[in-house]
Amino acid sequence: MTKTNISRRGMLKGGAAFAAGSTLGAPMIWAQNIKDVTLRQFGTGVSNLNEVGQKVKEDLGFTLEMTALDTDSVTQRAATQPNSFDIADIEYFICKKVWPAGNLQAMDTSKIKNYDKIVGIFRDGKLTPESEIAQGTAPHTVGFTSGPDGTDFVQEESGWMTLIPTIYNADTLGIRPDLIGRPISKWSELLNPEFRGKASILDISSIGIMDMAMVVESMGEHTYGDKGNMTKEEIDMTLAIFTEAKQAGQFRAFWKSFDESVNLMASGEVVIQSMWSPAITAVKSRGIECVYQPLEEGYRSWGGGIGLSKALTGLERDAAYEYINWYLDGWVGGFLMRQGYYSAVPETSKNHMTENEWGYWFEGKEATDVITSPFGDPLAQVGEVRDGGSFEERMGAVACWNSVMDENQYMVRKWNEFIAA
Amino acid sequence: MGGFRDMTGRIRAGTVAWLQAAPMALVLLVFLVAPILMIGIVSFWQATEFSIVPAFEFDNYEFLFGSSVTYRVFLNTFKYALIVWVFTFLIGFTVAYFLAFHVRTLTWQIGLFLLCTIPFWTSNIIRMISWIPFLGRNGIANSALISWGVIDEPLDWLLFSDFAVILAFVHLYTLFMVVPIFNTMMRIDKSLIEAARDGGASGVQILWNVIIPLCKPGIMIGSIFVITLVMGDFITVRFMSGSQSANVGRLISNDIALLQYPSAAATAVVLLGTVLIVIAILLRFVDIRKEL
Repeated sequence: MTKTNISRRGMLKGGAAFAAGSTLGAPMIWAQNIKDVTLRQFGTGVSNLNEVGQKVKEDLGFTLEMTALDTDSVTQRAATQPNSFDIADIEYFICKKVWPAGNLQAMDTSKIKNYDKIVGIFRDGKLTPESEIAQGTAPHTVGFTSGPDGTDFVQEESGWMTLIPTIYNADTLGIRPDLIGRPISKWSELLNPEFRGKASILDISSIGIMDMAMVVESMGEHTYGDKGNMTKEEIDMTLAIFTEAKQAGQFRAFWKSFDESVNLMASGEVVIQSMWSPAITAVKSRGIECVYQPLEEGYRSWGGGIGLSKALTGLERDAAYEYINWYLDGWVGGFLMRQGYYSAVPETSKNHMTENEWGYWFEGKEATDVITSPFGDPLAQVGEVRDGGSFEERMGAVACWNSVMDENQYMVRKWNEFIAA
Repeated sequence: MGGFRDMTGRIRAGTVAWLQAAPMALVLLVFLVAPILMIGIVSFWQATEFSIVPAFEFDNYEFLFGSSVTYRVFLNTFKYALIVWVFTFLIGFTVAYFLAFHVRTLTWQIGLFLLCTIPFWTSNIIRMISWIPFLGRNGIANSALISWGVIDEPLDWLLFSDFAVILAFVHLYTLFMVVPIFNTMMRIDKSLIEAARDGGASGVQILWNVIIPLCKPGIMIGSIFVITLVMGDFITVRFMSGSQSANVGRLISNDIALLQYPSAAATAVVLLGTVLIVIAILLRFVDIRKEL
């Protein structure tokens, strides 16, 4: 890994980099130069949307190139190819993995205009003062570092953030109510023999193991000390239960990408499975009934944020801060919330949503008009309510966060055995 | 060693041969030998969660050979290779035989042969994935069988099963069998077959004693194609089994996805060794160089 203070494009442009460096803080010249800036962002498909890139060009003037990858590839790139990106759009549990490698730089919260309005989950970990912090890698535990060059995590708001939170949600099981025909209220239903050959779980070990833990706890087989940090015995036990179910033919398939989960559900191959919120939306937009079923034991939650490459300096870094401030300013938030995600600064997003949309997506109120996705597909009719209710009800019922365990390597090997079993 | 030129001043023949071989040798060295050496070296390295540390230790191999999963997965890989080989051979040989001996004119032979290659105009991932809606629970195959009254309940084993994996493999790779076998069949001297017939051999005897022995190099080349392709595949197994079955390729791809490069490299080295042994065994049956 090369460590240099001059960015790749800085090298190419030579003199321009020097000019930019020496005129830092002179807004006039800055405004002229920024049009030439191109920032390369990569992340999971969730928030890497072309609409965002177009809007950046319109509002800020510079170019944002986006690459969407699956969760594993994202981790891989963030950890091993620091010069291949400027902005990493990653999840907090990935941050726990890659931050210590030193490929990302800490961000100065004093430069973040809406920092004070970011929800508590990402600052002190509490949604409301009395809420309890869920198990797993809660975002605030890996959200701050000790200083501009820190490679550690600190547990207080230090003024230096590892990631600027952008998007998060509470995940649960997706079901086909038309094919199941009875209420589902517990995670344990995933292994109910009634759904033999019609269930699915995702084949991404770090997330799949958490869904498994929710199921095992719900079955009353075991209560974990921390579902996000299991002991070797707990890992063995959890996977043994699922291996037995797999061999008994419980699962139709495992899915790895978003599209696979949509197809499994829409085609009726599967009636109950781990699922992500926009996948439900995608199934619904085909006119097929699909519910993101709230369950008694609570949600498995995740959060994503934007991190800056260590190699990013000068004008490009200023542009990146500008981008972050714009991100939290509301347009993207509204765009994401209208797909069922939450924005880190909900109150700014409100300005970019209709009252009906805000009521449906955030407050859990009945829709007063047809709810459509940002792409124009109708998602809910008048009178319908969001699965799981309001923001506080959903994010307040988080049982665990996506995480990386201390025994991660052991878990991964066991996971491979499970797939091969 | 003598100089570059001999006494008459001409460049020596040996030197010319070396020079002629050099570009290819260089290409192979850079793009084949070097990467394989690199994989071999990395397989002894150490990996932590997010970094790879150069080392010389046998941990990766120890874990590989110490896990029962490895053996099961290798066995599964061989199973796929063997079954797919049988089907692609039977189908491939039949198609080639038909083209070479039943189609009389060269125009038709070439025309029909090109017809066989039409599916190859699309990507092989697309050809594979197109099976999924066809074989699904509510897919065309099941609804057709139900409407014909053959079955009452949809057959679940059509998709996301070993059946689906093998079906896709056979579909994808049969052409690799057809081409070399057809090629060797076309070069069989027709007078040999006439001679056999004059000598009183039956059709089966001609096939067994004349055609098959003469097709051996083609069969062998086709077999090598199919076996190496199947043993090295991971995406077909992943999609068609719904991620529920594993072969060695998937072990490697999982390791890579989880940044365990050294462990992936070790598995790749073992797989490479296994495939080379299989090919060596195949080559004992036929001396391809002599036959070509």
